[in-house]
Amino acid sequence: MELYDIIFYLFAAITIGSAIVVVNSKNIVHAAFSLLLTFFGVSGIYVLLGADFIAVVQIMVYVGGILILLLFGVMLTNRITNVDIRSGSIQVIPAIIGLAIFTAILFWTMTSTNWKSEKFELPTTTAFQIGDILLSEYVLIFELLGILLLIALIGAASIARRDKE
Amino acid sequence: MEVGLNHFLTVSVALFALGLYGVVTRKNAVMVLMGVELILNSANINFVAFSRFGNLGINGQIYALFVIILAAAEAAIALAIVLNIYKTFANVNIDEIKNLKE
Repeated sequence: MELYDIIFYLFAAITIGSAIVVVNSKNIVHAAFSLLLTFFGVSGIYVLLGADFIAVVQIMVYVGGILILLLFGVMLTNRITNVDIRSGSIQVIPAIIGLAIFTAILFWTMTSTNWKSEKFELPTTTAFQIGDILLSEYVLIFELLGILLLIALIGAASIARRDKE
Repeated sequence: MEVGLNHFLTVSVALFALGLYGVVTRKNAVMVLMGVELILNSANINFVAFSRFGNLGINGQIYALFVIILAAAEAAIALAIVLNIYKTFANVNIDEIKNLKE
């Protein structure tokens, strides 16, 4: 077993283990902090796949942005001073049954398909290529995503404080 | 057994199933959002894995980047909606909220 494999299994265990905590934890703050570990694990998997730029973006956007936003959401929508932040689950048994069937089908499809799987040469760094292709081939999508982020920002601000009409 | 494409896809399947489980079973709207983030992460792992093992080249990583950007926009909007729901109904348990307006 090579070092690469050991590191992969480590990151996979971190990712899936903390994801299990996320969906099962009764305490929302515990779930949010487990989500942090999940994002770090996924970022490590990106590094193992040779996507260093995506890994850094994952940490910056997910951990630095989305997770903080989710924590704000938890803090603002729960009276944490007098009521404990707990959240139950509903319809656990039907969900487990349905998802077991669904996951089995997904897994069977994955293993029975003969994926074209050849390992290409790992590029030393992907940031240059990503920047190059982002401003040549994908420049329209790049600009549209900039506009979309602006719209999302304005929309979120105007939706969140609509109290004075 | 050498780690190959199927190993990464297995991690992705597990994350997707867990995220869907979270979306289906959790009561709190913020927890449902966390499930959605897990699902988006599993899709991203697929994109990057096929970019490494398939013939996608760098394109798969670009798509993963776009998914991350869309996830950021989605989280901002969804959190704003959740805050509004909390202001109107004083809780965010999605099984108790039945009315579209007050």
